[in-house]
Amino acid sequence: MSLFEVRIHGRGGQGVVSAAEMLSVAVFTEGKHAQAIPSFGSERMGAPVQSFVRFSDHDIRTREPVTEPDCLIIQDVTLVNNDSTFAGLKDGGYVLLNTTHTIEELGIADKLKNIPPEHLMVVNASGLAREHLGRPIPNAALIGGFSAITGQLKIDSIEEAIRKKFSGAIADGNTAAARAAYDEVKKAKGLK
Amino acid sequence: MLKQVEGSIAVAEAIALCRPDLVCAYPITPQTHIVEGLADMVRKGKIKSNCQYINVESEFAALSVCIGSSATGVRSYTATSSQGLLYMAEAVYNASGMRLPIVMTIGNRAIGGPINIWNDQSDSMALRDAGWIQIHAETNQEAGDLHIQAFKIAEQLSIPVMVCVDGFLLTHAYEQVEASTQEQVDEFLPPFKPMQALDCDDPMSIGAMVGPEAFMEVRALNVAHFDNALEPIQEISEEFEKIFGRKAGGLFEHYHSEEADTVVVSLGSVNGTVKDIIDEYRKEFVSIGSFKIGCYRPFPGKQILEQLKHAKRIIVVEKDYFAGVGGCLANDMKIAFRGSDAKIYSVIGGLGGRPIFKKSLMKILDRAMEDELEELSFIDLDRTLVEREQVREDQFMSNAG
Repeated sequence: MSLFEVRIHGRGGQGVVSAAEMLSVAVFTEGKHAQAIPSFGSERMGAPVQSFVRFSDHDIRTREPVTEPDCLIIQDVTLVNNDSTFAGLKDGGYVLLNTTHTIEELGIADKLKNIPPEHLMVVNASGLAREHLGRPIPNAALIGGFSAITGQLKIDSIEEAIRKKFSGAIADGNTAAARAAYDEVKKAKGLK
Repeated sequence: MLKQVEGSIAVAEAIALCRPDLVCAYPITPQTHIVEGLADMVRKGKIKSNCQYINVESEFAALSVCIGSSATGVRSYTATSSQGLLYMAEAVYNASGMRLPIVMTIGNRAIGGPINIWNDQSDSMALRDAGWIQIHAETNQEAGDLHIQAFKIAEQLSIPVMVCVDGFLLTHAYEQVEASTQEQVDEFLPPFKPMQALDCDDPMSIGAMVGPEAFMEVRALNVAHFDNALEPIQEISEEFEKIFGRKAGGLFEHYHSEEADTVVVSLGSVNGTVKDIIDEYRKEFVSIGSFKIGCYRPFPGKQILEQLKHAKRIIVVEKDYFAGVGGCLANDMKIAFRGSDAKIYSVIGGLGGRPIFKKSLMKILDRAMEDELEELSFIDLDRTLVEREQVREDQFMSNAG
């Protein structure tokens, strides 16, 4: 794997930084290099927050933020109207959105012209989290969905990373949400 | 064992292996997870020493407690950054003046005002001349490894050491780190044998008042010891490599700079970004390299001059900018290269957490290599905004007058 870069957008309290951490741990469990760097905004619940993850077969040295992501994970759908959210997304890249709406309903098809349809997925990650975890924290479900949409990581590695971060019922709930999102995205990809 | 961990936790685990006797910290912003991790390990009995963790009400208290404990001859550690370091400034000078080998992590962050919690290196730079050794980490691997070296340096020389680790970019970043073992650390780091220790059975004073009759001699002695620290710092780094099988620390590191015409000099994590840039230039056969300064205080000026005497231009990239001074590292370099033909450029970037992008830095390096760069320049500074506000504020002041 040459360099693969992910940018995660969300709001304070949604686990944007933890999502990056868990993705990096999942990559590491597959024997590759990973770097996760949070970009803290002001430390408030609800404020827009970003985090960055890089994967590579080689040592990762740069410390700059990810400006040309291969994949965007958008944890909060209200951020789709911020110009910065889609900035720099590579042509042919991947987008995973946490929403109950379709891309058409969101009116963002214009911004995603250069993204192939099978690289563009919506998943109700907050709903899955509510169902499996009892709380609408969408991060675990989204990294499960990431595994399905990009094929960059095995879902088992995602589970391992979740179980390193959490224990007991929280680990079980997050793992179930991740697997449910994985299955949903796989299925949606199959239908397209 | 290789692990994917947060920088702060990698540092906390390295410190735990050093068997500290006392960890004292103020746990509120600007703090890192380092002391949180250590508190957890102390509570769970994971540190193989009778380590005490003391939570205090301020950074001033944290270092003061370390001064007290170190003076009784026990291995003492604290961590802070930014305003926290400034708040403990009085104690910082006392610790070095009393030659107490305390180790302190600085999770480098900006200092206010305006209030800003993000990364730059203004904090440790503000206290660069406080008589503490300052060593800088490029990666989280090095951040952990430097702490193991720091206890040895401090205790061997009886001089306190600040380990500077870029805030957020390292302290909050997850990357893989080879964890050291207790056996390796025990082989490398002997038990602390204090040069001086308060003892009820053999009473003495440390840090008593010294009047005009001897103060200058005490200060001259301290500075002389400080200036002699470079050689041991390098030796300890080499000894570390023998036991742990990896390089960390030391005075400096070349990256394609042994014979390069243009050399980029910097401190800390930005070296990673710079190395990627050097690789891009090298693909085009450009004669450029980078030179990482590992030990900033004492400043190895003579050694750097010797290493880079071939360079035609030296571009100093740093994350601090002070009124009346400019960039501290650039100034140190200019002093070290006085009389040399090399042109020294000062480049300021990354203040208050502004990212240093490869593209932006490369534009500056391109101009330097065409000999078109100003002596002082900034990475991604909105100059128009600064100039406009300057005019507006000047007008306001003259109208008010």
